Amino acid sequence: MSSFCRALEQNEPLPVEALTAPAGQPVMRVRRVPVPNPKPSFFAHPRLRRTSPIAQFSVGAALEALGSDQADSMKQSRLGIISCAFAGCVNYSRRFYEEVLREPSTASPLIFPETVFNAPSSHLSAFLGATGRNYTLVGDQGEFVKALALAADWLDRGWVDRCLITAAEELDWLTAGALELFDHGACAAEGAGALCLGRDPSPVELACVTEPQLYDRRRGGRNGRRSMAWPSEFSPKSCDLLCDGRSGSPVTDHLEDELWKDWPGKRCSPRRVFGEGLGVSGAWQVLAGIQALQRGHSGAVFVGVVGTNEQRVGAVFRRNPD
Amino acid sequence: MLFPPPVRPQSPPRVVVTGAGIITPLGLGWKANAEAFQKGRKSLRPVTLFDVARQRCQLACELDLPAVLPATALSSRQENRMGRAAKMLLHAAHEACTQANWQRAGGEIPIVLGTTSAGMTLGEDYYRQAVAGTDRDRQAARVVHYQAQRQALDLVDAFGFHGPVTIIANACASGANAIGHAFELIQSGRATRVLAGGYDALSHLVYAGFDSLKALSLTTCRPFEANRDGLALGEGAGVVCLESMESAQSRGATVLGEIAGYGSATDVHHLTQPQPEGDAAVESMTQACRQAGVNPFQIGYINAHGTGTPANDVAEAQAINRWAGPAVADMTVSSTKASVGHLLGAAGAVEAIVCLMALHGQWRPPEIGLGILDPAIRFRVVQVTESAAFDYALTNSFGFGGANASLVLRRPA
Repeated sequence: MSSFCRALEQNEPLPVEALTAPAGQPVMRVRRVPVPNPKPSFFAHPRLRRTSPIAQFSVGAALEALGSDQADSMKQSRLGIISCAFAGCVNYSRRFYEEVLREPSTASPLIFPETVFNAPSSHLSAFLGATGRNYTLVGDQGEFVKALALAADWLDRGWVDRCLITAAEELDWLTAGALELFDHGACAAEGAGALCLGRDPSPVELACVTEPQLYDRRRGGRNGRRSMAWPSEFSPKSCDLLCDGRSGSPVTDHLEDELWKDWPGKRCSPRRVFGEGLGVSGAWQVLAGIQALQRGHSGAVFVGVVGTNEQRVGAVFRRNPD
Repeated sequence: MLFPPPVRPQSPPRVVVTGAGIITPLGLGWKANAEAFQKGRKSLRPVTLFDVARQRCQLACELDLPAVLPATALSSRQENRMGRAAKMLLHAAHEACTQANWQRAGGEIPIVLGTTSAGMTLGEDYYRQAVAGTDRDRQAARVVHYQAQRQALDLVDAFGFHGPVTIIANACASGANAIGHAFELIQSGRATRVLAGGYDALSHLVYAGFDSLKALSLTTCRPFEANRDGLALGEGAGVVCLESMESAQSRGATVLGEIAGYGSATDVHHLTQPQPEGDAAVESMTQACRQAGVNPFQIGYINAHGTGTPANDVAEAQAINRWAGPAVADMTVSSTKASVGHLLGAAGAVEAIVCLMALHGQWRPPEIGLGILDPAIRFRVVQVTESAAFDYALTNSFGFGGANASLVLRRPA
């Protein structure tokens, strides 16, 4: 979180690099996760040696959220895990399909299992020894926010003592190219975000999660994003900070600015710094809000996630009085 | 608001099934499938959907997708963009909604779906065109319709629902998890009605994946047989309309059965191999039965995960032996994957519907033509069509990554 917070404070877009793509594809600018040096010890875990970056990102973020890098020695039967993905395990899916098209009889049996949506979440459970509930949810950027409500429900019903919510994505020319089709000017990014929810009192608490508003035809599909009102029972003006989805791309920023033209308070736009992380973007918005509360920069934060192709959903976090 | 949650009812409402839709390699619809499952018909045949000439295995349980989609509120433009998986899902959802009389229900009906690969065939098309640099005009549509959330939104548009959408991708347990999650939404008072199910279509990538693992049978799928040699892949969709008993009664709906219990646990043993003793499977069965308030003696039929792979079936057998304890000799078990293959994300939902059919018709689906059973098995495997009187059925779904889910279903009163 320290480098995340530092980058947010500087509020400057992180450096970009060119992404190698097959001949004929446009060169894409992306933001990669820097290779850690030295490598974290969890990389040596048997379940993580052959994984693609998405699982490593996921475990790295989860360990930080849990507050311990020794978590592999703990039995976590009362820990729930909810992992969110939009594109998911695309590196190995693409690689495996390339192998299938080239020569299916020699396609790697080591790669295929890593293509499955819940592979990162499974590795996380294995690493932590967490034998309780583990769901992988697929959806757009709003999924992480929805997952907070699901985690709160599991806690409320006593099925888990703590619940880890993660989102992770990895870069690939396939998804970066797909993003380009819808948001020319967006900078594809990768990484992870994780949050651990519990029942014990905490300096920061989740106050509400709005009902998601779907981009169905009744609401005008994706175009309906512009005209939807936030649910009437929710008052954004009770918050003094908005964590929005501006990304530096003209398409997205225009939409966000139109949506929030009446917002009177401060705004924080983590995607402008980190790029478009698909499923992780919602997590980055949440984490940006939480760090503002933890540092005393805000008393209540609204996180408004306008997803690419499924839903718009928001959450309020607030600082507890000492 | 999704959070804070509504005040939970003091006693959780009973959750009943008022509609069920199914499409499998045995056919479209409850009637065709019930007749075929009851007789233990098989559907394995040579693959025609993609080129398998260089694969080790060349068989699968393909379904014959009807040429025409059911009439819904979808536009022809929307229908034309749907992939194979989305079409299967629409067929199943339409049957379920028709049976439940939900076609024009509209309103707040959450949708919970399970899938492993969503519109993978469109994803494959996208990749091939991207590499070739051709047909760029349709790439955006392929991207959109590849994604699981699009298939859920298709249902929203088709039936006018506008509750939240949840897509669970817990590998081969996804369909059971989806029904379990929908059950919990109603029990917790968050919803009165939920549309839930699972779907997956055959795709080259996934087929080649299981083939690379040498998990596919080169003969036929024979769950629990001593000489079994692997699974058969299939495709299909199963969708159920769940609602509180009070809601069903107030509108005079026909009740097909009840979801009585749900359990979910994680096996941390290996990414693709089950823990040999089946610890997480025991846990998920135990949770589901505890919630349903039943003991193993009361379970009249178990629809096993029963893939037909050597590792799965022996682990599941150990789990059933341990979970049932002294009741194990009374347990009657079969795997309907012998008939339709492994439907992956659809499996849990389709197999829950098979349990509903069995409870409704008071029969148990057989595995026809099995040889000598695996010595680990201490329960009875149904091998001939049989009638039986029973009130509860249990279905198991286990998946890659250690995802385990069990549902207990109850016969309608």
